[in-house]
Amino acid sequence: MNTLAGTGALVRLILRRDRVLMPLWVVLMALVPMFLGSSIKQLYPTAAAVSEYARENLGNSTFIVLYGRIYDTSLGGVTFWRASSGMLIIGIISMLVVIRHTRVEEEAGRRELVGSAVVGRHAGLAAALVATIGANLVLAVLLALGLTGLGLPAGGSFAAGLAWAATGGIFAAVGALVAQLTEGAGAARGVGVTVAGAAFLLRAAGDVAGEGADPSWVSWLSPLGWMSQMRAFGQQRWWVLVPAVALIALLVAVAFALQARRDVGAGLLPPRLGPAEAAAGLRSPLALAWRLHRGGLIGWTAGFAVLGAVFGGVAKSAQDMLAGNQQLMEIFERMGGESALSDVVIAGTMGVSALIVSGYAVQATLRMRTEEAALRSEPVLVTRVGRISWALSHLVFAIFGPLVAMAAEGLVTGLVYGASVGDPGREIPRGLAAALVQLPAVWVLAGLTTALFGLRPRLAPAVGWAGLGVCLFLGLIGAAVQLSQAVLDVSPFTHIPKIPGGDLAVVPLVVLIVIAGALLALGLAAFRRRDVPVV
Amino acid sequence: MENILTASGLRKHFGSTRALDGLDLEVRRGEVHGFLGPNGAGKTTTIRILLGLLKADAGTVRLFDGDPWNDATTLHRRLAYVPGDVTLWPNLSGGEVIDLLGRLRGGLDDTRKNELLERFDLDPKKKGRAYSKGNRQKVGLVAALASNVELLLLDEPTSGLDPLMEEVFRQVVAEEQARDGRTVLLSSHILSEVEALCDRVSIVRDGRTVETGTLTELRHLTRTTITAELASPPDGLADLPGVHELQVDGTQVRFEVDTPELDAALRQLTAAGVRGLVSRPPTLEELFLRHYKTGEVKAEVAR
Ligand SMILES: Nc1ncnc2c1ncn2[C@@H]1O[C@H](COP(=O)(O)OP(=O)(O)OP(=O)(O)O)[C@@H](O)[C@H]1O
Ligand SMILES: [Mg+2]
Repeated sequence: MNTLAGTGALVRLILRRDRVLMPLWVVLMALVPMFLGSSIKQLYPTAAAVSEYARENLGNSTFIVLYGRIYDTSLGGVTFWRASSGMLIIGIISMLVVIRHTRVEEEAGRRELVGSAVVGRHAGLAAALVATIGANLVLAVLLALGLTGLGLPAGGSFAAGLAWAATGGIFAAVGALVAQLTEGAGAARGVGVTVAGAAFLLRAAGDVAGEGADPSWVSWLSPLGWMSQMRAFGQQRWWVLVPAVALIALLVAVAFALQARRDVGAGLLPPRLGPAEAAAGLRSPLALAWRLHRGGLIGWTAGFAVLGAVFGGVAKSAQDMLAGNQQLMEIFERMGGESALSDVVIAGTMGVSALIVSGYAVQATLRMRTEEAALRSEPVLVTRVGRISWALSHLVFAIFGPLVAMAAEGLVTGLVYGASVGDPGREIPRGLAAALVQLPAVWVLAGLTTALFGLRPRLAPAVGWAGLGVCLFLGLIGAAVQLSQAVLDVSPFTHIPKIPGGDLAVVPLVVLIVIAGALLALGLAAFRRRDVPVV
Repeated sequence: MENILTASGLRKHFGSTRALDGLDLEVRRGEVHGFLGPNGAGKTTTIRILLGLLKADAGTVRLFDGDPWNDATTLHRRLAYVPGDVTLWPNLSGGEVIDLLGRLRGGLDDTRKNELLERFDLDPKKKGRAYSKGNRQKVGLVAALASNVELLLLDEPTSGLDPLMEEVFRQVVAEEQARDGRTVLLSSHILSEVEALCDRVSIVRDGRTVETGTLTELRHLTRTTITAELASPPDGLADLPGVHELQVDGTQVRFEVDTPELDAALRQLTAAGVRGLVSRPPTLEELFLRHYKTGEVKAEVAR
């Protein structure tokens, strides 16, 4: 049988299943550069003002870490640069979509159902890739149309769109590959997100380490690095699309080859046997929850320790850069002394980290929902374990997991930065405080998700992630597009004091903790009263 | 005999679906009670109410002198449950799950566990995601059967087991009952299993109990099939109230008759002169199928 038979039908199935989700992310992500472009245009109405702004920020290491280097100081170039974190997001979304339609299907056993119809062995994987890459191409066109709508040149607009779509395509292919490796979709996602994180870190490290206008070769190890080398609206190096397409082709070929060598449902990494008897400690709901959450906890903590090292290192180079630039030095000294810049860098990166770690908090909270929907809560709840103890065994990780991860980041930031300025004794507690002060906002999102889990369990995932999405939007883009303070205040993260450097305002922290606690209590009370399982 | 659980007039809605509509159920201490009914009849819903997982909209439930909704955790020490589709944590081995659930319930008989693992031919070292459907069921069964509890709630526990293992299950349940006087509520679609194991059965349909009793009592309520060779064509047989599915072929007749009308029907036959007679009691299949089919049943049950 033709191994691709039935691909068309499966593509239609995917488009049908994702008929809401896919248009949503395609359109929203395509709009991001246009929004950013128009707000930059409002802030800096003339070409001269934009390029002045860009030149001021050429050497700003926080910006270099977060967005990369600026290769062109026109409105288009600055917009492409400022929106570049969208490329990473598109990449991760594309990867997750491919895993969702391949490994998740296999794990749920639905792949076998489809496989027994007239469908070739590779059709499922091919369909997932066609649908995802197709969505990225649509996104490229929409993005380009949006930017030309702002009056930007069509060539640059399409270069920007294609750079985004190519990134999405590369990570879709990465998703196709990792989906072949493991039996569980969770593990595949873990490997994939680690690859994306490494790509980001390589790009950030390479860009920071570069000389003059060019990044170091390290950036070229990361697809995110190549794609910013598209230099849309500037030199416009179309040729970077060639290695991108080649990499996609290579990854897809490897994924297909791997799939040809394995059974449906199996992974390439062989499943290991477990113990015949449970360890003596495996005797409480908390011990079970530890088994389910420990991988996530260790992964997030390690990842955040690495982030801490990167940011701690950047804070120092931000100061070095100041030392070499008399004009900038004066500005910052006026704003609050020599240490102020590194303080701003640390407080800012902790704010971004808190948004990221909220993803962990929401995910750990939603573990309750996953367990319930998979009917795995039932066997535990029909023992002498009460509902509240069961829920708390998971919530412990939603509440204290982010605390551990943030503490690791804060400690390492303080240590690395402290070592570089020769005063770790002062910097470690400051780094730790900067990290921990963020937690009440993170807990509000965990509380919101818990409340929904108790009251409207089917809506909990949607509301939890949407809540995080709103906070991400308000936190990362809200101020840039000049939303009013009242709107920005909706996000709990807006109320976190800027530490170190700013005043430690206690009242907002207490209020956030009270809100989080009330939401948690509401969710638990409702959970105790409702039917279980709601599937 | 003392009831270990009693439910009466249970009602439960899910949105606009009516899952239970005044269901009654009584299970006596020490019996194996069969719980039967077509798909969607409300068996699983009833068991979840008995477990205190769902709250009934109306009706009363007593389980060991407690209320499952309010006293769930205390009552749970005394029972074990096996669902029809055991789901396991992908990264825990079967052995770990068995031990964990046993400990959470308050203790597990290790000798019994090892014996059951052997008899069910289950490898406890595999990870949850690596088990086949039947082997997942075995994990749930071993975990429940090896714990020291008074009541076992089994919801289609043998779905996916091969015939050999199905046989092991029957032996084990029979032993349980004989040795420790445990009570079992067994929901099942496998009639031979019910016939082999159950002292009494309750049949539910559309969320209501339509029949309860021992198998003998239930048989009594149903029809006997009669085939006869007569001396002359029968007369008046068709007009008898309890006679169904009558086929007459010259002097050959074949019909089904309700047990209370047996006398009258036989009188008609002897009147015509009997040359040969075969009477067959209802099979269990016929008995249940009649209750499973919609329409006709209600009126007859009412009588
Ligand atoms: N959570 C739920 N939400 C909505 N409807 C439900 C829910 N659970 C059960 N139902 C409905 O209630 C009715 C009874 O279902 P139940 O699962 O109790 O049947 P059952 O007798 O166990 O059937 P089966 O033999 O197929 O297992 C069905 O119509 C079912 O669709
Ligand atoms: Mg059922």
